[in-house]
Amino acid sequence: MKARVYVMLKNGVLDPQGEAVRHALGSLGFDGVEGVRQGKVIELDLAEGATEATVTEMCEKLLANTVIESYRVEMG
Amino acid sequence: MKAAVIVFPGSNCDRDLAVAFEQAGADVTMVWHKDTALPEGIDMVGVPGGFSFGDYLRCGAIAANSPICQSLIKHAERGGYALGICNGFQILTETGLLPGALRRNGGLKYICRTVGLEVASADTAFTSGYNKGDVVNVPIAHHDGNYFVTDEKLAQLQDEDRIAFTYTDNPNGSVADIAGVVSKNRRVLGMMPHPERAADTGHGGTDGVAMFRALMDQFATA
Repeated sequence: MKARVYVMLKNGVLDPQGEAVRHALGSLGFDGVEGVRQGKVIELDLAEGATEATVTEMCEKLLANTVIESYRVEMG
Repeated sequence: MKAAVIVFPGSNCDRDLAVAFEQAGADVTMVWHKDTALPEGIDMVGVPGGFSFGDYLRCGAIAANSPICQSLIKHAERGGYALGICNGFQILTETGLLPGALRRNGGLKYICRTVGLEVASADTAFTSGYNKGDVVNVPIAHHDGNYFVTDEKLAQLQDEDRIAFTYTDNPNGSVADIAGVVSKNRRVLGMMPHPERAADTGHGGTDGVAMFRALMDQFATA
C-alpha cells in the first residue's frame, strides 16, 4: 500500500527558491509566470492496513514542519 | 558548570563549542546522539553547529527526533539550560523548545562571514555579560538561517523580551532581523551566529567570550 505526502511552504511564507525558479523561467522567455512555489513529494510504502490517520501523525511529527509548511496526504 | 555537547553525524562545531566552554572553566562531556540519557548533574547542554544527518528532510528535523533529544527536551522542561548554535538552533526549533523555524536564506546563497549583532536583551544568563544595545562581531555560516515566526508570535517574543540578538545588517531575510531567541523561562537560547568561533584571539575576534564567561558566572553564584 502506498501513500504520497505533498509538503509545501504555507501561503504567506516567502519561498526564495520558488522565486528564483520564477526568475529563471522569465529569463528563458516564458512570460506570464506570476508565481512559483516549490515543495516536496514523499512516497511511503506501507504495510497493508495502514491508515490515513497514521500518515497524518507522521506528517505532524516529522515529515512537515507545521510552523512553516502545510501537507496533504494521498492514500493508495 | 557541567556542560554536555551533543555530537550528531554531521556535526562540525562540536569540538569548537566544547573548547569555548572549557576555556571559560566548564567541565565538558561529549554525548553521542544515540545515547538515551545525559550524564548526571549536567547544567548546560550545547547543541552544536554543522549539518546533522546531512540536512536531510529539513535542517535539524532528523536530529530533533534522535534518542538524546528526548533527554534534552526533558532537561529543558526541568529548567535546565541549553545553547543551540546554527544547526543547533534549527534543531531546537524542530524540537519545539524554541518558537519559529529557519528557512532558506532570502538570497539563496550560503553565507560565511562575520556580521554585526546587536544585543537586544541582556536579561538572560547568556547575554548578561553584554549591555543591551552593544554591537558585537560574530561569524555566521549558514544556508538556512532565515528566521520565521508568525506576527502573533513575534509580538509575544517582543512583549516578553525574548529576542536576544538582532542583525545590524540583516544578511538572510530573518523576520525583525532576529539572530537569536530565548525560551519563555529564558534558559534555552538558539542563535544562528557562532560565538564559539569568536572566542579566542586566533579566531580574529573574541566578542563571543563574554557569553561563555557569563554562563560560568551564573553557575558560580547559583
